[in-house]
This record gives sequence, structure tokens and C-alpha cells, in this order.
Amino acid sequence: MVMKPTDTSNPDYFHKVVDCQWACPAHTPVPNYIRLIAQGRYSDAYMVNRASNVFPGILGRVCDRPCEPACRRTRVEEKPVAICRLKRVAADHRYDIQDRLPKKPAQTNGKKIALIGAGPASFTVANDLAPLGYECTIFEKLDKPGGLMRSNIPAFRLPESVLMEELGYILDMGVELKLGTPVESMSALLKEGYDAVFVGTGAPKGKDLGLPGRQESDDNIHIGIDWLESVAFDHTDKIGEKVLIIGVGNTAMDCCRTSLRLGAKSVKVMARKPRAFFKASEWELEDAEEENVDIIVNHSPKAFVHENGKLTGMLFELMEYDVDAGGKITDQRVVGEEVIPCDDVILAIGQENAFPWIEADAGIEFDKWDVPLVDKTTFESTRKGVFFGGDSAFGPLNIIWAVEHGHQAAISIHNHCRGVPLTDRLPDGIKLSSAKMGMAEWRYSNAFDDSPRRQMQHVELVDRFMKLDTEVELGFSPEQIATEVQRCLNCDVHTVFDPPLCEECDACIDVCPVECLTITPNAETEGELRAALTASDDSVDQDLYVSAPLPLTGRVMIKDENICLHCGLCAERCPTSAWDMKEGVIEIAHAADQRELSEA
Amino acid sequence: MTSFVKPKIRRTNEPLNELGLARADYEGSMSTLCAGCGHDSVTAAIVRAFYELSIPPHRALKISGIGCSSKTTSYFMNDSHGANTVHGRMPSFATGALSANNDLATIGISGDGDSLSIGLGQMAHAMRRNVNMLYMLENNGVYGLTKGQFSASADLGSLPKKGDPNEFSPIDPVAFALSVGATFVARSFSGDRKQLVSLIKAGLKHKGFAMIDVISPCVSFNDHKGSTKSYAHTYEFYSKAVHADYIAPSQEIVAAYDEGEVMPVELHDGGYIQLRKIDADYDPTDRGAAFSRVMASDSANEILTGLLYIDESQPDLHETQNMEALPLNEIPYAELNPGAEALSALQAEFR
Ligand SMILES: Cc1cc2nc3c(=O)[nH]c(=O)nc-3n(C[C@H](O)[C@H](O)[C@H](O)COP(=O)(O)OP(=O)(O)OC[C@H]3O[C@@H](n4cnc5c(N)ncnc54)[C@H](O)[C@@H]3O)c2cc1C
Ligand SMILES: Cc1ncc(C[n+]2csc(CCOP(=O)(O)OP(=O)(O)O)c2C)c(N)n1
Ligand code: SF4
Ligand code: SF4
Ligand code: SF4
Ligand SMILES: [Mg+2]
Repeated sequence: MVMKPTDTSNPDYFHKVVDCQWACPAHTPVPNYIRLIAQGRYSDAYMVNRASNVFPGILGRVCDRPCEPACRRTRVEEKPVAICRLKRVAADHRYDIQDRLPKKPAQTNGKKIALIGAGPASFTVANDLAPLGYECTIFEKLDKPGGLMRSNIPAFRLPESVLMEELGYILDMGVELKLGTPVESMSALLKEGYDAVFVGTGAPKGKDLGLPGRQESDDNIHIGIDWLESVAFDHTDKIGEKVLIIGVGNTAMDCCRTSLRLGAKSVKVMARKPRAFFKASEWELEDAEEENVDIIVNHSPKAFVHENGKLTGMLFELMEYDVDAGGKITDQRVVGEEVIPCDDVILAIGQENAFPWIEADAGIEFDKWDVPLVDKTTFESTRKGVFFGGDSAFGPLNIIWAVEHGHQAAISIHNHCRGVPLTDRLPDGIKLSSAKMGMAEWRYSNAFDDSPRRQMQHVELVDRFMKLDTEVELGFSPEQIATEVQRCLNCDVHTVFDPPLCEECDACIDVCPVECLTITPNAETEGELRAALTASDDSVDQDLYVSAPLPLTGRVMIKDENICLHCGLCAERCPTSAWDMKEGVIEIAHAADQRELSEA
Repeated sequence: MTSFVKPKIRRTNEPLNELGLARADYEGSMSTLCAGCGHDSVTAAIVRAFYELSIPPHRALKISGIGCSSKTTSYFMNDSHGANTVHGRMPSFATGALSANNDLATIGISGDGDSLSIGLGQMAHAMRRNVNMLYMLENNGVYGLTKGQFSASADLGSLPKKGDPNEFSPIDPVAFALSVGATFVARSFSGDRKQLVSLIKAGLKHKGFAMIDVISPCVSFNDHKGSTKSYAHTYEFYSKAVHADYIAPSQEIVAAYDEGEVMPVELHDGGYIQLRKIDADYDPTDRGAAFSRVMASDSANEILTGLLYIDESQPDLHETQNMEALPLNEIPYAELNPGAEALSALQAEFR
């Protein structure tokens, strides 16, 4: 038996080729919005983003950007396209788009939804359900909305105005927001007659470090996320001159940079392990180091040092690690000790879920780590009609995951309220249309631009520390935008092959600049076919395309999807148009599209 | 911007040859031939062969006559020496160039029009003099460049795109080469990359005149039903007689092969051409037998391919004429040009 032809009708086949979109939890159509930006259609680019990720202005600044490490550009050079910063470009340069947003419906559908916590997860659920007529009420314990985006992400990374504007769009759809209203009993809430409850309370408990001296020096030891919140709400406005941050994740990066803005003169981030093992994103580390934060590796905290009830420093064990060729730690040992003097310590070593307000008899089950049992597709808890999403569901993640959880929970709530099984969900689709305009003319920029990634401009160091909320990143200049958009390879313009048309002239194979096409006799295994490829790079999880037998010789066309640059030259040089470049729009259903499913 | 130009991109992990060059380093300017033209495939095979042989591009010479095929010298090895010469006159240019420097890896590119009509005499004499070059005859049965008139290789009765069938008997370049004493005679197909690359490598390493008649379809004027030089026709009637692999001096030759008998032919550089007979009865070292087999296959409509004849024992032009082994540009000037007095003395000898 020889290999069967690849089934390209499954939308995932081409979706996977768009690595950035596939990697984005909300599947934002990245190349599509980059092309719109290239055409100066910023508002359209914003709306394309908003349909997937709801908060383009926010995410264009602070997204965790799982898309960028996935970017296909890294197959031919080191740095990915600045996908995230281009999202900000769309937001920065859009016109007023409010008339393009769904309006508050004239009539509600009579269904009431309680959303607990005013973070991105709850706001996404409201965004998807309010336009359908649902009466959404958000309960928030704090006096301001936004969740950690407000209380923890510092304003020098995410200005309050940007946050409020995008939350405002959703509130304007007729969503009720009850601030300063903590939900203190789930059982009581469940008695209030809501048709569904969504828990979007995040993972609010910062981890403590129970080392000797902890109690005695309590005044100068702070839990990172609580401390950032008290800074955000103006309860804290200063810190000692010498500050140690324990932990080296993204929270640590916000703590060290915030400390500098509250008057610290020397800030050290203390890491137990070497740099390769840090949790913080490389760009957050770079931004902190640019502000002269010291990042000290191989120091494991041992005790808090104090004198007369006041913290004076911290004792560390000096670590040494053996790392194998695969980058794994195989052994570790303590090679000494060191006291580092300090005035304050901020602990940024992780967060946990905590639900003291959910009663044990509320019908919601938790595992032994107090994480609720939540279905990975429907986001329903063990109690019908109660859904979880964002950090409250599976522990701390990030904003874009909270958004995606919100979209999925909204679909479930919509089905739940209509008596449709939660698992009846519209599958993804794909629409393909030819990008050919004529001889050597395509409706996308297929020329390869070898420009390196544009560098984001920052506010000068002296200026940025004057105020706590001076945004550091300045956005891209028009020249930077014009260049950066051309770096995108348009991976959503797909090579689509029509085997009966091929006359095996080899033109496509010869012109392909990365040699990813081959015509060869079919074989029994994918391994054998891969071996026949002229160029192959199976280091990334991408499919091998295998065509139906070609009419003249019965051989097959094979393509390593991993290295294609979507340059369109194969289609350009094919005399019979057996290859065509087709723009693919991945259709991803949200709650509003789900309506069609039930009516059909 | 939309573009049809192939960008120069080096992939991560791209393989390099002994000189540290990638295959793309042997490419030339972007082809302006019709999309799907067989000649572009031949170019790609030439690129691969030079790359695999690790020939420094500046130690190669590429020359051609006139025609779509002849244009292709621009589409490979931008860093080598080259000239587009006059219609059918490439062999004379090659003879001159090689007399001055027999050290260059020389490849001539021609078409069936360029070689078999206007240039037939030129080609014949280069063959019988055993000029040390590889001659690619990119054979599509028409004058592609001048819009598809039948060439001298068009088969009797072959249909043109428009108009009447061909009524003249064809010249088979292989039979012709055998009859005028060529020492390396092969046929291949632009659609058989593997065979073509092996033959080009062997032809470049052969000392003397090597001709490869490559069926190379013209998609614009001779790729229709009723044409005997189309992709479809060639794929259908294609057959292989003898496979040839170049084995470098450092490599080992294989003793036996399950697909047929193996026969090594020793080359001047100490390497071998390893012949693998697919047709067991065929003897590629017997000119007479090869000739009758080629004639038989022609009348049987069979497109017989592979290394059809080889004779490594003949001296090349340089040797027969006792010419200086050192390239002229490496001979010290004083020796190359001994001066007016020496010339007078020489002339006096003939008075
Ligand atoms: C310091 C820090 C920096 C971060 N930086 C980034 C970043 O740059 N990019 C990124 O993508 N992610 C970042 N994150 C993570 C991101 O902020 C969260 O993953 C995201 O906000 C989770 O959204 P959520 O809707 O699940 O919950 P949250 O944003 O945590 O919102 C939960 C809300 O629920 C409220 N609440 C809790 N309990 C109750 C109750 N009983 N009743 C009423 N209200 C309640 C809380 O007050 C809070 O407002 C960061 C996190 C931290 C801690
Ligand atoms: C002296 C002269 N005569 C005629 C021509 C016109 N002419 C140009 S190319 C060509 C024939 C080319 O045919 P071929 O060598 O088969 O090349 P192809 O285009 O088919 O590859 C002719 C007759 C010419 N350029 N010069
Ligand atoms: S689009 Fe075609 S020619 Fe370009 S890299 Fe992909 S397969 Fe190769
Ligand atoms: S260029 Fe077109 S006809 Fe030629 S081999 Fe490629 S797909 Fe087939
Ligand atoms: S006319 Fe024929 S030979 Fe000339 S480039 Fe076009 S296909 Fe090739
Ligand atoms: Mg011709």
C-alpha cells in the first residue's frame, strides 16, 4: 500500500501552515490583518483582530505573543515578524470604529448571566453574549474593572486609557458592571435565578516563601501581585533604595521595573537557575535590563536577614548545575553562601487559584490542589450551568488564553440556555480563493523582503522614571510600519495543487527558492517519501503534502510544508496552473455563529 | 510588491559542497523562457551537476548559439565565463577558446535548430576533432524562439500546432554523432532529472567531445497532441538502455548491482564512469552495435536514453594537435611573446 493523497479539505491542514494563527489561542488571522495594515486599512485591521482577540489595543502592547516564536519567518532568519507590535499599529491608527461594533439589542432574550470577576475572561463572555440579547451582569470585588490587566500590569506597559476604551466598547453593549461587589457565596448567587454563571475570578493568591526570618521582617517583604495592586491603586508610592525581587517570571519583571519608578536605586532580580531556565519572556528580560536591573543567576534563597525587627538583607545559597547536551539539569549542588543587603524583598514566585467563597456543597468539584474540575472543551464545571474560564479554570495563563476561554464558554452558555447539547459546536471551516490577478501579478506582496525586524523605539531612560504611568514603548513610525509589514510571508496564501493538471515539467520544482517540492514515485511510508525530498527539515511539526498520482507517470508531487515561503513562484512558473496560490480564510465560530447551527 | 524573481535565500541546514557553496550559488539570472519550458529543467540539472562536482564557477566556460535553448547560459552560474555567439557557430568559438585554455570545464548549449540546421557543419567538425567539451543539444523539434517552425529533428508526420504535418525525414542527433566519430554520445529527457544530472557529470568528466541530446519540450509550440516531442509523448515512449554514474577518484566503484551488469570505464582524472546496463544486450562501447540499436529504436518509436556510446581512448583535439597543456594566460609573457626577432627567425625557416 502506498501513501494516500493528503486530505487538504480538513481546515486544519492549511490552518497549521499559518503557524502564527495556529499558535494563537484565539486564532487571530495574522497575515490577513498585516496585509490590511500594508494597505493603510487600519480600522479594518483592528476589526479583524477584534473578532478574534477582542482587545487589540491591549494585546498589541502586552500580549504574551505565542505567535511570534511560531512565525515562519524564523525558518529563514533569526527574528520573527513583529506581529504583536503591528497589532498595536492597527489599534493606534484606527478611526473611531464604534459604529461597527454590535449595539445593545433593542430587546433582551430574557436570559440572565452572572459573570464573576471583571477580567478579560468575563469581558469576552459578555462581548459574545450581550449582542445576542443576554442580560450580562459582571460582579467585581475591586473598584475598577480589568482584572490583573488593571491591578497588576503596570500602566507604563498598558495605559489606563487604552484599557478603559476597549472595556468600554463591551459595557456599551448593555453589560451591567457591579464594582466593589465581591461575590462571597456561590450558593447564595445560585439561588438568585441566573440562567448561567461564569467564574472569571482569576488566580488571585500570590505564593509566599516560608523561610527563617519571614515573620520578623514582614513589614519589608511583599507578595508581588498584591504589591503591584496596591501600587496600581495608589496605596503604595514608595519603596526602599535596595530591592531584591525573588523569582524571574513576568511578574518579577513588572515588580523590578515598578520599584525603579517608586524610588529604588538598586534592583536585583534573584534567580535560582541559569538564564536558559527563566520563565520570563526574552523581551521582558531585555526591557528590564535596559532599565539597569541586575539579573543574578544561581542564587537560591535561604533566609531573610533582619536586625532589630527590620529586614537588612537576604541569605542565598550559591548553586552550581550540571546541564546535559539536551539542556536538561542533571545534577545540582550548593557551592557557597552569600548575604545580599536590601531594604525590601518582593516575592514573585507564582500564583494559585483560591475559591474560599465557593461552598463545598455547591456541587462544584475541585481536585487535590483546589483547582476546579473543568471540561477542556465546554468549560463547564461539575455543576450544570456553572462555567469557568481564564486563570480560574486551569491556573494562571495569560490574557489571550482568557479571551479564548471566554469565547468557548460563551458558546457553551448560549447552547446551555437554548437546550442545545454543549458539544454541538460549529466546526472550523476554510474558504479558499485564488490570489492570481494576471501574469506575474498577485493580490498579495509575494516578493521576499530581507529587511531585519524593526526595533521598537522607547522613551528615554531619564524621562520614563518621572511618572509611574509614562508608557515606555512609543509605537512604530510610518517607515517602520512600511518595512515590518513586508517581512510577513503571507502564509495564509496557500499553495493549492490540482494533480490532473500537472504535466511534470519540473518548472515548479526548479524555481522554488527553498526546494520544498519534489516529484517522486509514491512510497509506503511517510519516512520514505521524506527521504526523497530535495530539501526537508522535519524539526518542526508540519505535514508532508502528498498528491494524487500524476496523470503522465503516476508519480506523486510531494511538498514539505515546513519550509515553504509562500512566494508563489511555483504557481507563477506552472504552465498549466496545476499550482495556484489561494488565500485561505479560516472560519472560526463564535457564539453568534453558533446560532446558525441550531436553526439549520 | 508582486515579483517573479527567485529570491536568494539560504535555508537553515542548507547542504554545501566541497567548496562550501550551496546549490543556489550555481544559479544565474531569472529565466525569461515560457513557464514550463523543458530548457529550464535542463538548466536546473546543469546547476545541480556543477554543484555536485564542486567545480569552481570561475573555472567553467559556458557558450551557446542562438535560440531559446541558447539563451539559457544566462540562467546558470553567473560567476563563470561565457558568451552567446552567432547562430550555429558556438562550436568554432569553443574550439578557439579551448585551444587557448583546455583547463576549463566547458559546456556548450544549443538547440535542435541551432545544431541541426544552420550549425550542422560546425557541430560535425567539433565532434570529429574531439574538442574537449560537453555539448547539450536541447531538442524540442521546433525553432522555439522564432515561434515554432519545424526543425530538422521533427519526426516525419509529426503535427505542428497549426498547419500541415512535417514531411521531411528527421536527423537523429545521436545517430549523427555516432557516424561522425563523437566519443561520448547520450540521450536524455528534461523530465528525468536523475538520469540527466548523472549524464552531465559524466559528460563534463569525459575527455573529448561529449554530446547529450536532451528531449526538452517546448510548452508553447510543440506540446500538443500529435507532437512527438511533447511531455506526454516523451513520458510514454521513454526507455532506458544504460545508466552512467561518475565516480570520483576518491570514491569506490560498486562491483555488482541487482538491476543489471556494472561496467566501469576509467577516466583520465583517475575516476570512473560506472555504466549500469538496464538493457543487458546493449554494449555502449561498440560503435557499430550502438548505431544499429539506435536506428532500430528510432523506427520502433522508442526514445532510447542513457549513455549510448563511450570511447575514452581517443585523444582530444589538444592532444592530437600537440598544443600547449598550460593555458595561454598562465604562460609567462616573455615566453608567450618572444618578440619580433624570434618571429623573424621563425618565418625565415619557412622561406
Ligand atoms: C504581574 C503580572 C503581569 C502580567 N502580565 C501579563 C502580560 O503582559 N500579558 C499577558 O497576556 N498576561 C499577563 N499576565 C497574566 C494575565 O493578567 C492574566 O492571565 C489574565 O488577566 C487572566 O484573566 P482572568 O479574566 O482570568 O482573571 P483576572 O484578570 O485575574 O481577573 C479576575 C478578576 O476577578 C476579581 N475577583 C476575584 N474574586 C472575586 C470574587 N469573589 N467576586 C468578585 N470579583 C472577584 C478580581 O478582583 C479580578 O478583577 C500578568 C499577570 C501578572 C500577575
Ligand atoms: C543567422 C540567423 N539565422 C536565423 C536566425 C533566426 N533564428 C533565431 S533562433 C532560430 C532557431 C532556434 O531553434 P533552436 O536552436 O531549436 O532553439 P529553440 O528556440 O527551439 O530552443 C532561428 C532560425 C538567426 N537568429 N540568425
Ligand atoms: S510558494 Fe511554491 S515556490 Fe514558493 S516556497 Fe512555497 S512551494 Fe516553493
Ligand atoms: S510546474 Fe505545473 S505542470 Fe510543471 S511540474 Fe510543476 S505543477 Fe506540474
Ligand atoms: S517558445 Fe518553446 S522553447 Fe522557447 S521558451 Fe517557450 S517553451 Fe521554451
Ligand atoms: Mg528547438
